[in-house]
Amino acid sequence: MSILTFTLILILGAYLAGLVGSLTGLGGGVVVIPLLTLVFHVDIRYAIGAALLASIANSSGAASAYIKEGITNIRLGMFLEIATTVGAVIGALIAIYTPTNTIAILFGTVLLFSAAMTLRKKNQEALTEGSRLSAILKLNSSYPTQTGTIEYKLKNVGAGFSIMTVAGVMSGLLGIGSGALKVLAMDTAMKIPFKVSTTTSNFMIGVTAAASAVVYLQRGYMDPGIAFPVVLGVLGGAFTGAKLLTKINPSTLRIIFCIAITFVALEMIYNGYHHKF
Amino acid sequence: MKNIISTHLIQDRDVEKIVGKLLRFGVITASLVVLLGGILFLVQSGAQGRPDYHIFKGEENDFITFDGIFMGLFTFKPMAIIQFGVLLLIITPIMRIVFSLFSFILEKDKLYVVITLIVLAIILGSTFGGLKI
Repeated sequence: MSILTFTLILILGAYLAGLVGSLTGLGGGVVVIPLLTLVFHVDIRYAIGAALLASIANSSGAASAYIKEGITNIRLGMFLEIATTVGAVIGALIAIYTPTNTIAILFGTVLLFSAAMTLRKKNQEALTEGSRLSAILKLNSSYPTQTGTIEYKLKNVGAGFSIMTVAGVMSGLLGIGSGALKVLAMDTAMKIPFKVSTTTSNFMIGVTAAASAVVYLQRGYMDPGIAFPVVLGVLGGAFTGAKLLTKINPSTLRIIFCIAITFVALEMIYNGYHHKF
Repeated sequence: MKNIISTHLIQDRDVEKIVGKLLRFGVITASLVVLLGGILFLVQSGAQGRPDYHIFKGEENDFITFDGIFMGLFTFKPMAIIQFGVLLLIITPIMRIVFSLFSFILEKDKLYVVITLIVLAIILGSTFGGLKI
């Protein structure tokens, strides 16, 4: 296969990855890793480098749209980024000592969990009673809806912070945004309304990924020949996905994709178990 | 009193809008640079066989240090131009943090100035700690 053919096929694949990532809410990075390893037989380390870039591109592109709507809780995002960036640095450090097959199995597990999280019932309620810590840290806020502004408060700040550290470690170790774990922390532990937790999580992904990206760049995980088609393809796909989301109701698509992703995750775990990475 | 609160809110929204624009600008610039490098790369070596990505070798020194990337950029090496675009992409969210820092300083929110500084220190520490200049 010539470089030209490889690049063109990879752009197309990355475009689909960005589209699926955006329609399911999983993010482009998480789809890029199985695409590169299972379909193109690229070493998982190159795949992780490319996925990190895809996560940053995705997050920065989408966050610019969300911030405009005023839903993102910037203080909450900033406070929790302490946890995710520390986690990401730790993750990038332990990645050197982790065998690639273990990384593949871990990745499959996180992917399974993410698919399940996408399909679960979302927290729509806004809390009216918050914890003391959330008031001290000025995390309680409000967001605009079509029927007026909704005030919300939050609790379990410590638990949320801890889950965020784990999300950061996963992000640094696997090169993904760990959006699902971030939403789990905000949604399930801190009881933040779904719209706020998704947009704030997206806003945080780029910063978390940037914390470990340079470490990976230095280690030679980021190959220009892979980065170029992946970044452009994923961005294009995410852009189309965002346009499509305003026109169609993605719930059926989401279920189909999540089932597909479950199979992909199982294959990653299977291959990792049989030392194929 | 009401007036002060409302002007504060307007400033807040303005800052958020600028942050949104900054993020979009960063992503667009980075992808244009990557596209330019990519096209040059395909023109120069598109006909060659695909490198063996199956085996992890890591990148050459030229593409993993700031020095190497900048040197390649000025000598117009396609791969270095792509890596420069990659660097721009990585820098975009970091710039966002710097911008938030200024907005918290303007709002005189000391707690969040400290929190933002901590986040920035972690990222820069990781960036320059692992750096081979």
